[in-house]
Amino acid sequence: MNRLSLTQVGKRFDNGTQALSGLSFDVAQGEFVSLLGPSGCGKSTALRLISGLITSDQGEIIWHGARPQMGFVFQEPTLMPWSDALTNARLPLDLQHLPRAEANARAAAALARVGLNGFEEAYPRELSGGMKMRVSIARALAAQPKLLLMDEPFAALDEITRAGLNDDLLALAQQDDITVVFVTHSVMESTYLSDRVLVMSPRPGRITADIALPTRPRDRLSREFAAAQRRVAAALLEAA
Amino acid sequence: MNRPSLLAKMLDSLFPALLGVALLVLWQWIVTAEQIPPYVLPSPLAIAEALIANFPSLMASLFATLRVTMEAFAVATIAGIAVAVLFSQSRLAERALYPYAVILQVTPVVAIAPLILIWVGFDRVETALVLIGALVAFFPILSNTTLGLKSADFNLMELMRLYGASRWQILWRLQLPSALPYLLGALKIAGGLALIGAVVAEFVAGSGTATGLAWRIIEAGNRLEIATMFAALGLLAALGVAIFAGLSGLEYLLLRRWHESALKRPS
Repeated sequence: MNRLSLTQVGKRFDNGTQALSGLSFDVAQGEFVSLLGPSGCGKSTALRLISGLITSDQGEIIWHGARPQMGFVFQEPTLMPWSDALTNARLPLDLQHLPRAEANARAAAALARVGLNGFEEAYPRELSGGMKMRVSIARALAAQPKLLLMDEPFAALDEITRAGLNDDLLALAQQDDITVVFVTHSVMESTYLSDRVLVMSPRPGRITADIALPTRPRDRLSREFAAAQRRVAAALLEAA
Repeated sequence: MNRPSLLAKMLDSLFPALLGVALLVLWQWIVTAEQIPPYVLPSPLAIAEALIANFPSLMASLFATLRVTMEAFAVATIAGIAVAVLFSQSRLAERALYPYAVILQVTPVVAIAPLILIWVGFDRVETALVLIGALVAFFPILSNTTLGLKSADFNLMELMRLYGASRWQILWRLQLPSALPYLLGALKIAGGLALIGAVVAEFVAGSGTATGLAWRIIEAGNRLEIATMFAALGLLAALGVAIFAGLSGLEYLLLRRWHESALKRPS
């Protein structure tokens, strides 16, 4: 994938809800893009359209270059409670019928990368919320994605855990040159993580602002960061 | 350490046993003191004597009943899971067949038993007994497993689809494990029902052809050997308890690592 383009995409659900209308944006290879908007603005729907889980009824989603291997992380860790961390991280590989030894090696490596060395045999109920989310990210990484779609992955976590996972996610995405489309309703989080923040209007959702942010690394306490955060917040208020 | 001491634990499990012994003593005392005739209520000692005197033949009957129960249970389990999987794969099959499964359930199986015996034939009584036991045990397995297969985490199902899972992969890796706690709960009910079905079927099958404990109860009743009747009844109860304990053990083994029901919480 060189670039992903959504042009004038619209989606109406069976129950008559117009979730999206005239949604257009581009994502370049290696970019970290956040979709920021109020609850119910169609952010998740946009992500599901990109994933191919649902199809749009207006407009087009165009992949310049081949459709990349994708990885998915939801708001809930959505782990299999009957499987240990390694088996959970291995899921995408098992579904592709990868040989067990190779799948185990890749899943273990993915767990190590999210800081869960030694937790391979732990069951989800033995892990904290943050650790479960790490397993969920490891599962996405095990698929070796070029595009990572994340739907409010850290919304249910406390501030401190969230900040740690934000840093780890950035590092992982940069190391592997992974493109990320990140859905959130947190101004702080989107400002900290993204190359670009796309602000969405309430339903039917479309992009009302496309804010490019200064280069990383960013200091959450710096004056520049506060200014950037204010720009994003102002755009969000204007959209609503 | 806040754990209950070993002594307290032993007392805990000793208590029901002590109560049982006390009741037996009371029973023995009342029967002796009131001089209740043994054909009305035999004393525990008389029952024990009857058990020992008829031990080989009662054991043979016990194993006959056990075999029918286990076969009925196995047939019901396999059929129940198979039909539940069919329902999960095809809404049409579920809509078409489920009402008939309910009718099968609400019709007292004792009422069908004579018909089944005639159809299967009195030369193959054991097959008929297994079939009747299986019919009684079938429904809870079907309905619970169907519910369990439907209770799979929807987000996890979407995730698997996104990673290109086939419907069989979703069934095997997601729906069946999700249904496991429901299935195990149903098996505990079905194990008891299979025993009830086997006993009822034997009552219906009646004279001569049957060899299980139910027949021994009828036979002993006809001969007014009430102590033997109680001995057979005691063995049936023990069999029921053993089946329940075995299935509870299986449940614990399969769920203890991950399911909420097996969680130990600090109290």
